[in-house]
Amino acid sequence: MSTELLEPPTSVSPATQLEIDRSRGDFVYPESHEFDAGTGLTHSTIDYIADVKGEPDWIREFRHKALDTFLAKPMPTNWASKDLDNIVFDNIRYYLANAKRPTRSWEDVPEDVKKTFERLGIPEQERKFLAGVEAQFDSEAVYSNIKSAVADQGVIFMGSTEGLMKHPEIFKKWFGKVIPTGDNKFSALNSAVFSGGSFIYIPPGVKVKHPLQAYFRINAENFGQFERTLIIADEGSEVMYMEGCTAPKFETATLHSAVVELVAMKGAKIQYVTVQNWSNNVFNLVTKRAVAHEEAEVKWIDCNIGSRLTMKYPGVVLKGRKARGEVISIALAGDGQHQDTGAKMIHAADETTSNIVSKSISLGTGRATYRGLVHIPKHLKGCKNNTECDALLINQTSRTDTYPAITVRGTGNACQHEASVSQISEEQIFYMMSRGLTEAQAMSLSVNGFVNDLVRQFPMEYSVELKRLIDLEMEGSVG
Amino acid sequence: MSTAIDSATSLDPKAITQGGPDFGNHPTDFRTVQQRAWERFNEVPMPRRSDENWRFTDVRALTLAPFIRASEVSNERRRELSERSNGIPSAAGVMVFANDRLISASANSDLLRSAGVVWLPFEQAAREHPELLARHFMREKSALGSEKFAALHASQVKAGMVLHVPKNVEIKAPVQVFHWLDGENASAFPHTLIVAEDNAQVTVVDHFCSTGTAPALAVGVNDIVAGPGAKVNYVAIQNWNTATTAFHLNATTVARDAEVIALRLNLGGAFIRDEATSRLRGPGGRSEMLSVSAAWGSQIFDQRTLQIHEAPNAKSDLLYKNALNDTARTVFTGLIRVDEGAHKTDAYQKVRNLMLSDEAEANSAPGLEIEADDVRCTHGATSGALDDEEIFYFQSRGIPRRVAQQLVTFGFLSEVFERVPSAEVAELLSESLHRKLD
Repeated sequence: MSTELLEPPTSVSPATQLEIDRSRGDFVYPESHEFDAGTGLTHSTIDYIADVKGEPDWIREFRHKALDTFLAKPMPTNWASKDLDNIVFDNIRYYLANAKRPTRSWEDVPEDVKKTFERLGIPEQERKFLAGVEAQFDSEAVYSNIKSAVADQGVIFMGSTEGLMKHPEIFKKWFGKVIPTGDNKFSALNSAVFSGGSFIYIPPGVKVKHPLQAYFRINAENFGQFERTLIIADEGSEVMYMEGCTAPKFETATLHSAVVELVAMKGAKIQYVTVQNWSNNVFNLVTKRAVAHEEAEVKWIDCNIGSRLTMKYPGVVLKGRKARGEVISIALAGDGQHQDTGAKMIHAADETTSNIVSKSISLGTGRATYRGLVHIPKHLKGCKNNTECDALLINQTSRTDTYPAITVRGTGNACQHEASVSQISEEQIFYMMSRGLTEAQAMSLSVNGFVNDLVRQFPMEYSVELKRLIDLEMEGSVG
Repeated sequence: MSTAIDSATSLDPKAITQGGPDFGNHPTDFRTVQQRAWERFNEVPMPRRSDENWRFTDVRALTLAPFIRASEVSNERRRELSERSNGIPSAAGVMVFANDRLISASANSDLLRSAGVVWLPFEQAAREHPELLARHFMREKSALGSEKFAALHASQVKAGMVLHVPKNVEIKAPVQVFHWLDGENASAFPHTLIVAEDNAQVTVVDHFCSTGTAPALAVGVNDIVAGPGAKVNYVAIQNWNTATTAFHLNATTVARDAEVIALRLNLGGAFIRDEATSRLRGPGGRSEMLSVSAAWGSQIFDQRTLQIHEAPNAKSDLLYKNALNDTARTVFTGLIRVDEGAHKTDAYQKVRNLMLSDEAEANSAPGLEIEADDVRCTHGATSGALDDEEIFYFQSRGIPRRVAQQLVTFGFLSEVFERVPSAEVAELLSESLHRKLD
């Protein structure tokens, strides 16, 4: 965090003055969290969260209904990884927050986190280009700030509960509409226990010059983070949002299950950049979807490097004529990791176009999976989809899968899909080594070359970060 | 499947879901196999919506209830059908079955009558060459969703051709088999088993036809075993009537340096489910999986494929082409699986859909699962309409739009026929396709 972000947060704190039964939470971890919903998930957990947050009845109702949906839905193991069965929902803590909402100074950042930052090459100065920052530790944002110049343009940037309570006229209309509660088991779970995340509104015509950023960190063991993000870009507006995620390594698995909804009104542009670097015991099960109205553009740039199992298929519903959707996806699956990523493009209007480019790298015992869905219904004219997925396998034990699904109706549309799997060229490695590089350096260079054309599409600051992350992950992978 | 009617026949002992295995004249050992298959058939549930192998298929419309064991056809009809079973004039041999009964068999080639070659109708092969069936009969477990229907087939099978070509024997002219289905709600279980030993060569053409327009059921299996260095070409011309529900299940195994080229031409049927598995067992093996489907009216062609690379240095190449008109639907889901250690694998998979109507729907899901690192695997899927410029060019040369569309569609599909090594067979495929497009 940069020093200029050190003022106390201006946002309201949850209604801490409420009389709340804290016996359960305090009993378990009194030393670190003032609010703790305890382990396991029942309707009283929901009430606890709603009480702490001081939410109106309609949100509480929404949560309760979502819990019922979550409990009723089966695990998607008929098609997804059996590893999902290893999530023990009863062992997870669903809400942890500190009432004091301290703003942490750079010095307060734990040593290993700070080291990670420095190794990633994100010194504080680099963060100055951001228009707004939110940092979430466990369930609640510990820091949230938006530059006054941006706020003066009418841009709203705040946490989920806060957004729903302060600006229901803006957010309630779309909340849970792009991704309904029952979309899948994990979106239902998120809808039941969501906390934190960013609610953003960009007024018509406003082009936010600098990116808005959120930084998510899981700090507690056995914890589930369920942030909720909703971005509404009104007519003709533009915004770029970036998120980064990390977590320390615990003995036990941690769950991150977010829901991200984007709404691009007529002619609006949203770019959503994710660099996910959870530690490799995090189950990262995220639902991300956008609605693009007439002539709007939504671009997901999704990079998955960390986690134990990631299942994430950012989607765009192309609802208005000439809307455009794009997913750029990079996945790096190291030892013991499974990156199950992909994209969904639902064409629902004429002349809509979509583009999916996915590159994955599997090393060690890592497994990278691409899963895609492209749907072009009948009576639509001039729709186009292009899908390319390339996979690179580094070691003999590495694995990669590709499962696209494409439905096309009618004669007015075109769809093409291509995928390839290859390995690092021995000749290339040999050549580089003969020029004095070590084998590790040569491999790293070769992998960076494989993803280079995609990395260049990232904002500059992130492409630097990404290259270093790939270097980090490649260390010691040869042999 | 709209033709499948729920009727009182479900309590009929003739109903194929009620009557138990059809033992025919089979020997005891084979009856044991049939009995076990029948039990399996009853154990395995009908496909459900949540089965990944049945994604995109309306499984609620699937029913076996109306179908009954087919009765023997009249002598007059037998003569008529024998005469209508032409295909390739120079064929080495022809077998004709109607409602799962052999109605004629003739060999033109002495090779087929020679001592080493087994060329027999299924029932006779089961009696005279039990060792062949013990080794090769449906050895590949159905992994693509139709386990229930495969079990039904095994419990009912009595018709079809068993062909065993010994080492170094080359049968030059194609061997033909005709299967006719006759009668309301009749069912057939045609079986084709081709075993080619080391360096043997053979070409087989299966024809599937109906006598009338009544609803019917076919559950067929065509298995190919290619030994080291063998070359097998297999072509199926599926021309059931448009009220027929049919399952065609294939398993192909390819040994070292063997080559199998298999092509399906789908013209008829109301609902056709094709499942094809190619297992590359030895280095240097090569499997070509080809399909051409012209889906018209409300036809549904539902195709599932699996390419399994067990051995290094093998090649598999899949090309499925569909033209879709009216309200037709096609489904293609394919998977290339490269096992650990199958390095230098070269696997290819491509599905191309030509959309001729606004009501047609093409679903494609080409998949890859790779567990070896030194491989070259690619797959592709395209869907699109006729190129307006191409049609315009034809029109500017005085060819009417309708004819131009036909020509371009024919060109798009028939390109696949060039991959069949036999010119006569390719010609036959072209003619059959023409008849449908005209």
